[in-house]
Order: sequence, then structure tokens, then C-alpha cells
Amino acid sequence: MLDAITKYLNTRGTPGEAGSMLWATIYILIITIGISLAVIAMNWLERKILAHMQIRLGPMRVGPHGLLQPFADALKLLIKEDIIPENADKLVFWSAPVVVTMTAFTTFLVVPFGREHAVTDMNIGILFMLGISSLGVLGIIMAGWSSNSHYPLMGSLRSSAQMVSYEVAMGLAIVCAVLMTSLQTGTGTLSMIGIVQAQAQQHTWFIFKFFPLGFLAFAIFAIAMVAETNRAPFDLPEAESELVAGFHTEYSGFRWSLFFLAEYAAMLAVSSIAVTLWLGGWMRPFPHWLHGPIWDLAFSFLPALTLLVLCELCLVGAARMPKIPQMKIQTIGLGLFGLLLGFAGLVLLLPGVRERVQDIYWFTVKIAFFMYLYIWYRGTFPRYRFDQLMKVGWKVLLPTGLGVLIATAIWGLLPQISSAILGVLP
Amino acid sequence: MATEQKGMAVPEDNKEENSVLPEPKPPEGTTAASASGEGAKEKPSVPDSETKPATPVAKPETPAPATGDKPAAAPAAAKPAAPAAKPAPPKPEGPKPEPWQSELVYKLKAQYGSGIKEASTYVGQKYLVVDSSIAYEILLRMRDDELYDYCVDITAVHYPKREAQFDVVYILYSFHHNERVRVKTQIKDGETLRSAVAIWPTSNWLEREVYDMFGIGFEGHPELKRILLPEDWKGHPLRKEYPILCQDQQWVKNNLGIESGQ
Amino acid sequence: MSDFENDYRHAKSGQSGPGVVDYLDLDTKDQTYLDANELVLNMGPQHPSTHGVLRVILKLDGEKVLGTECIIGYLHRGVEKIAENRTYAMFNPYVDRMDYVAAVSNGLGYCEAVEKLLNTEAPPRAQYIRVILTELCRIASHQVWLGTHALDIGALTPLFYCFRDREEILRIFEKYCGARLTTHAFRIGGCIYETYDGFEQDCLKFCDAFLPKLDEYEELLTTNRIWVRRTKGVGILKPEDCIALGVTGPVLRAAGVKWDLRKAQPYECYSKFDFEVPTGLNGDTYDRYLVRIEEMRQSVRIIRQAVDGLPQGPIMAKIPKVLKPPVGEVYTSIEAPKGELGYFIVSDGSLQPYRLRVRPPSFVNLQALDKMVRGLLVADVVAVIGTLDIVLGEVDR
Repeated sequence: MLDAITKYLNTRGTPGEAGSMLWATIYILIITIGISLAVIAMNWLERKILAHMQIRLGPMRVGPHGLLQPFADALKLLIKEDIIPENADKLVFWSAPVVVTMTAFTTFLVVPFGREHAVTDMNIGILFMLGISSLGVLGIIMAGWSSNSHYPLMGSLRSSAQMVSYEVAMGLAIVCAVLMTSLQTGTGTLSMIGIVQAQAQQHTWFIFKFFPLGFLAFAIFAIAMVAETNRAPFDLPEAESELVAGFHTEYSGFRWSLFFLAEYAAMLAVSSIAVTLWLGGWMRPFPHWLHGPIWDLAFSFLPALTLLVLCELCLVGAARMPKIPQMKIQTIGLGLFGLLLGFAGLVLLLPGVRERVQDIYWFTVKIAFFMYLYIWYRGTFPRYRFDQLMKVGWKVLLPTGLGVLIATAIWGLLPQISSAILGVLP
Repeated sequence: MATEQKGMAVPEDNKEENSVLPEPKPPEGTTAASASGEGAKEKPSVPDSETKPATPVAKPETPAPATGDKPAAAPAAAKPAAPAAKPAPPKPEGPKPEPWQSELVYKLKAQYGSGIKEASTYVGQKYLVVDSSIAYEILLRMRDDELYDYCVDITAVHYPKREAQFDVVYILYSFHHNERVRVKTQIKDGETLRSAVAIWPTSNWLEREVYDMFGIGFEGHPELKRILLPEDWKGHPLRKEYPILCQDQQWVKNNLGIESGQ
Repeated sequence: MSDFENDYRHAKSGQSGPGVVDYLDLDTKDQTYLDANELVLNMGPQHPSTHGVLRVILKLDGEKVLGTECIIGYLHRGVEKIAENRTYAMFNPYVDRMDYVAAVSNGLGYCEAVEKLLNTEAPPRAQYIRVILTELCRIASHQVWLGTHALDIGALTPLFYCFRDREEILRIFEKYCGARLTTHAFRIGGCIYETYDGFEQDCLKFCDAFLPKLDEYEELLTTNRIWVRRTKGVGILKPEDCIALGVTGPVLRAAGVKWDLRKAQPYECYSKFDFEVPTGLNGDTYDRYLVRIEEMRQSVRIIRQAVDGLPQGPIMAKIPKVLKPPVGEVYTSIEAPKGELGYFIVSDGSLQPYRLRVRPPSFVNLQALDKMVRGLLVADVVAVIGTLDIVLGEVDR
């Protein structure tokens, strides 16, 4: 058993490349559990960060500093009554959340958390992700239609119209990045791992490439991805203070939580596209300029350091809890949680673990940055009205995307163009 | 807006600030001199032999003259039958409506004559009382010629003992003159007035409320129905015969399913 | 983004003549008369954005609003009838409950009206105290407005900032008269409570702390592209329509009419203070927002001047304990945060008013809703209701 694991770990490559179904399955399980845990963490983080931006505290009671709040929410949703509208089409009603959730999870098949840490590396990786997330729109339409009610139907059509419009802009930005992969080798690649490796070869993250074009493409994608996932400021279809309710109005309990899960998983998925394409994927900052064993060693301590800092925060928080008997359990709980994090941090200090964790750690940090951006937008911006939203998608992002694409292409071909011109000239 | 007459027209009544008990005796003869009405009664007890030695609360009516140190609003201030040997001091006159002399009034009187029943000012506020038949024309004229382009309020007052029971009051303001004017008409129960919606669109809801609360109809109103009370409520609450604790029991039973809301 | 005007299909005012308001044929029992594209949507009495129990029936063509009908009266408590059965002093607490967000203003208007009926005035010190508290109340009311309006449009954060800063004002009210919301701060004839120790310092401290906070709100909203797009050009009400519809307050001023009762017909001691009356240019939602923000700044100015010039002296005029005003009727009005708040009192010489009529600014302003939302989209209706700043307690009394 142990040498099976070590044998596998010594091969370089994803399970897909290694052709090992067993390991692929294990990776899929790990990713599924990881996404669920990430969604739980996101729930807590969103409520706390949004609350702190609004100068209030957020959940504080359910666990120490509300840490158990997501579990309480999940439990509540599970035990709620399952209501199906009377004349709803039961099969479609049942399968709509399934479709949405499954597409959101399936996109993670090709997301590379590290050089070997992807389930598989399809050579059409990015195309696969785009295609599968478009299928999610189908689930939303199914949900609205099967609710047999006027307002969810209108809400779902609006939602899907919004998602489809912004997919065009997303696609253009992605093509831009794919173009950039071909600059060094002459052949581009659609494979996610290949894109990151292209960035490694060219020694720049694509966000900084051909400044400001790479940055513009990234900006277009960043805006489009917020609209794609129906988040603020593009969340009119699901806002409470508007008149037309969202597509998930008639869903209650566990079915609603599946939509919720799918929304956050989709947020994670598009963030991982952004990270892979523009922010260098799993690479640490400055791998080329700050290279060498000393720098590698220094950077390799960062994961452990992060966890140890979190542990310290927990322990300090536990020390600052009010010293009254009612808070005893919470204090102990927070302390234990802190110790757990600290222990994990210490484990990450071990030499064997250190190197392997690097890629995953940097990927996670960059995704966390995007999640923070999502929450930040929610706390800051008012909502776009639907026609303004569509206008932004079609009249602003689309032409800008086209322009950036053309400019990138010309800039990228500049050496060849210039040599052709010079060759022609006498 | 400064008041026309500053200062006190109402004499002070010091003892009443502290004590709740009514004071037993009427003012002394000395107060004949205090015709200014200054009730200089610092002491609660005045050695008045004519006072009933009875308890201070014996004469709940006697405070009336004590509090009757008020302007001539209550001429029926209860002069107590029994005690006071002295009559209460002459009550200082309160503000009275003064006739309003102005261009506008001359023009209107010239045109409508007896239609303008009264044009006065009271504590500096100008008002006209007009006949109900010419009310609409007067209002139209106020808006068009005299530039009273802002209709502040439309309301009504119910005087059940009068023949023309309702007093419909239009409060108008002119941005141009920076002045407010009240135009009042008096109508009988059952009479309708012509609606002012065509003159000021703001009259829409204001007249609906008058209809709702008083039952006064307005002809020409595009949608005269109840506004504050439910559509099928019976009764007009602000009429004086509608008791304060009354509700439309039938409506409550039908719509709320309970016996009574009280 | 430049030309906002093209982005919005705002109400074409002038489509009906100056007195004719077309009404909806909303016989909802007969749905067959609706066009194929038309939809009657009910924004029911319970709705997160109607700021109280207001029912708005919208007739829509797709997303465009063809007409509205407001149904009010859910909060009708018969305040005017109650007034006929209470003495003047007993009625004073009732007025706070009408516009419960700006209770101090209501109390000021009522006390002013009864004092006019009695032909007296509050002593100077009481007038200054009244002005200080009323201006604080104006700021508090505008903060509630800003927070809830921003929340309707989707900005979640200004609500919390506004309510946090409003806490300071409510604390001052509580220290002064014991209540935060329905204050009953004034009495007929003046104020009953002397200012507490440190009142002036508290007010000045609040003024100093508040101006940077106001800049915070502006930073979040005024130049925010999304906010501007949601509010510019939305719910335009031209000055002639405002006057014809009797709309007053910030709505009128945003349309461009520079009229404020504190300047036009000064009451209390407002004529002694130096402040400006902000006006807008276009009469849209964005202008109303800017006018109210600027009004908050001017209120701070007034408070500073009033605190500096607070005279010594009595705080209560000499009026009898048992009030029997002379026979007559008066109408006085003040500039409440929402518009012209007027009281029409008819006295018959007895202890109770014969008729007391409250002219609520929100009631009259709400009439303008129909005109403002024609041609707008459904999502704008919520913004327009918010910008009118109505309080249903006042609309329904």
C-alpha cells in the first residue's frame, strides 16, 4: 500500500497522464470535498468580511466568532420541508439543481492546482471549462421554467440572458490569453497546464504581458466573471428588493442549498480560470528573477507561516474572549481550532511535505484573493439595472475585448511583421 | 412669520403652575385695579371672608373664573353662582378678525359682490369666505390672475348645528407674492362642490381625503373614492356625529373575520 | 459614460394637460381587457422597499411602467379625530407618531401652530433650543433616507454607516428628553426641559465628527458610476409639475425652485442664521440625493451658529396650564425634512381643538409618484419611491 503511494508520487504527471483510474478517482474525491469545504469557508468568510465592511460583527454566537455558522445553516437547510409547487414539472424541477451543481463541479476536472495536481490535463482544457459552465445556464432555465410561476421564469430568463452575454466577453479575453501562449514556442495551447507552463517559459504572468493589453484582458475577464456568476453588482435577477424574484424562488431546503453550492463552485471555477490564465497558476511570485535554492527555501516556508499566523490569530482571539462561564466552550473550541491549524502548519514545515504543498498553496492564495474581491464588490457597489447590465456586456466589454485581441495579435506578431518589412525593403 | 401681537394677552396664573388643586376663591376687590388682568395672586390662600370656608375642592367651578383670566373666548366662563362677591376682572380681548383691505379683495368684491361673504385677517392670516356657487371661479381666478399657483391644502370642518354644515377650506400659496390665503366656502350636507383638480392636480388626493372623511362630493373629480379607509367602509369619520370609538362592524366582520377591532 | 439622457426612458411630463391626470383602468376582475403584453403587477403592502405599508399597483408593458396606482391607508390611525378628543397639551405626543422618523419636527410644527392660536411666541432661548434639536432631527431623518434609499438600489454599506452616525444624534435626544425616536421634546409655549450639562459640547462634537462622515457617504456614492447611472435621469419632475402637484421639500428644490420655508417665511429664530438653500438642476433622483446631502451640511452650519448664539433666559412662555385658545383658526407650516408640514387648527374656545388638520408632506409628495414613473422600468420604481422620502405614518396619519 505504502509503496503504491510512493510509486505514484514519484511519477511526474497528473493521474490523467499516468493513466491511473484509481488515482483519478481519488483526486476527484479530494477535489469534491475540497470544493465543499471551500464553499463552507466562503459562506463564513463572506458573512464576516461583509459585516466588517459594514462596521458590524457578523455571526458571533454559533461557534467561536461564528465559525460553526455554515454548519448550522447547512443543517437548517437539510431539515427544512421540501416543497414542490403544485403544477410543477417534477422531473425537471428535481433535476435542475442537479444539472447546475454537476456542471459547476465538472469544470474542476481540468483545473490545475499544481504541475501534477489536476485530475487530468486535457489538451482542450480551457475550452472544456467554458463549455461545461455554459451548460449551467441550461440548469437555470430548467429551474425557472419548472417552477410553474411567472416571476421565477422571468428571473431565470434574465439570469440566463445575462450569463450568455458575458460569456462572449469572457471568451474574447480567454482567446487573448491563449494567443499569448504562442509567443515563445510558436504554437499555442488550450491546455490549462500548458498555459501556465507558457507563462513560466516567458517569465511573465500574462497579466503583465504586453502591458497594458494583458491587464485589460484580465480586467475584462474579471468583470465578466462577476456577471457570469450573478454576483453583485450584477445580481439584479436574484436581489430581494426588486420585484421579480430569482429563479430559485420556489426551491426550498436542500434544493436551494444545491443552487447556493453551485453558485460558489462556479465562482471558484471562474476564479481558477483567471488565476491560471493571467496570474501564473500555481507559480510562486518571481520564479525567474528570484531563483536559486535560497529563494526557493524561503518561499517554501510561506505555507507553514500562513497556517501558523492563522493559528496565532485563533489563540489570541481565544485569549481575548470574555472570561465568563458561558463562553468557556467557545474559548476552548477556538483554542483547539487554533492548535489544529498550528499542528497543520508544523506538518507543513517538514521537508518532504514542503515542496509538494507549494503549488497548491499559491494557487489557493490567488483564488482567495479573487474571493475577497467578490465580497468586496458586494459590500461596495449598488446594483446595476438590467438594461444597463446588458449594455455594459455588449457595448463596453465586447468591443474592448475585440480591440485587445487585435492589439495583442499585432503586438505578438510584431517581430515577424517587422522582419518581413525589413526583408522586403532593400 | 412674526406674530401680529406679541406678548401676553393671557394673564399668568402662577398658582396653577404648581398646584393641581383648584383655588377656592375668586379675585378680591383689589383686582378691580388690576384690569390689566394680571392675576397677582402669589399666595394660594387669600384671606377672603366671603370665601366659603369649605374645602378647596368644594368649588370645582370657581377655578373657572381663575382660569377665566383668559381672553374673551369664553364669555360663558362659569361665573360661579355662589361664591364670588366680586365679579371676575374684565377679560382682556383676544385677537379678532380684522377686515382685509387689499386690491385683491376690492377686485373680487367688485366682481362678485355678495358672493364674497367675508374677507378678513386673523392673527395676520388672510382668508376669504365665498359662496359655494362661485367657489370654483374664485379659485380659478386666484390661480390665473393672482398667481396663487400652489394649493397647499384642502380640508373641511363640520359644524353640525349650522345650516350650511360644512366649511370647505382651500389653503393657497403664491410663490410670487410669498403669501398664503385661505378660501372658505360653506355647503350643506349633500351638496357637492366642483372639483379643483383641473386647477391644481394636487387636489386629487386632497379632495379624496375630504370625501373619505366627511362625505363631501366633488364633481368632476376623475376618481372620487376613499383613500385612507377601505373602499367599502360605511360612514365618514370626521363628521361630528361619528363617535370616536366607532367602527364599521360589518366591514370588520366581513374582512377581518373578527367580531370587533376594539 | 457620457449622455445619460439617452440611456433612460424617463417620464414624458406634459403628456397630459395641467389638470388632467389619466387614470388606470384597473378593473382587475376583468383581466381580459388587458393587452397581450400588459401586466398588472402588485407591489404589495409588505415589500422590503416600500418603506412602510404602501401598496403600488403597476401596469406594465414588459418592463416599462405604463401607470401606477397607490393604495394607502394601511396605517391610518385617525389622528385628526383623536385630536378632537384630547386637549391641546394631551395631543402633543400624538404628533410625534405621524412622521416617526423626524418626530421633533412634527412637535415643532404643532407647538408653533398652537402658539400662533394663543398669539404668543416661545422665548428666545427656547427658540434656539428648538432650532438646534430640529436641525439635528433633520440630519437624522436624512440619514435614514440615505441608508434605505441606497439599500433599495443595492448598495448595502451606506445603511450601516448612516445608522451608526445617527446613533450620536439619538443619544443627544435621549439625554435631552429621555426618548430617542418619539421625543415629545417641546411643549406649547417653549421647551419644558432645560439643556443638560454638556449639551452644547455634545452638539459641537457631533458637528465636527459628522462632516467627515458625510464625506464618507459621498465617497461611496456620489461619483460611483453605478450609482450615477441608476439615479441620473430617473424620476424627473419638472418645476411646473412640482408646483402643480403641490410637491415641496427637497423634491421641489431639486427641480430648481429655490424655496424653503425657513427662508421664505421664517419661523422660530431662523431669520437670525446664515445658511443656504441648495437647489438642483434637473429634478432627477441624483439631484435629490445631492440636495439632501447639502442640506445636511447646511444643518450643521445652523447648529453651530445656534449653539454659539444660545441666549440665556426662560425657556417657557407664560401660558395657562389649562389651555383654552380663543375662537379662531390658524394654519402654520414649517419646513420639515420631507417638505411643508402644516397644521390647520380650528378652535372653538374649549379645551379641545374643534378641528385639527395635519397637512402631511409625504401624502402630497406621494401623489407625484404616478407622474414620475411613467415610462421607467420596474427597477426604477423602487428608486423613485425611495427618493420621494415618504413615511407612511405621515401619509396615512
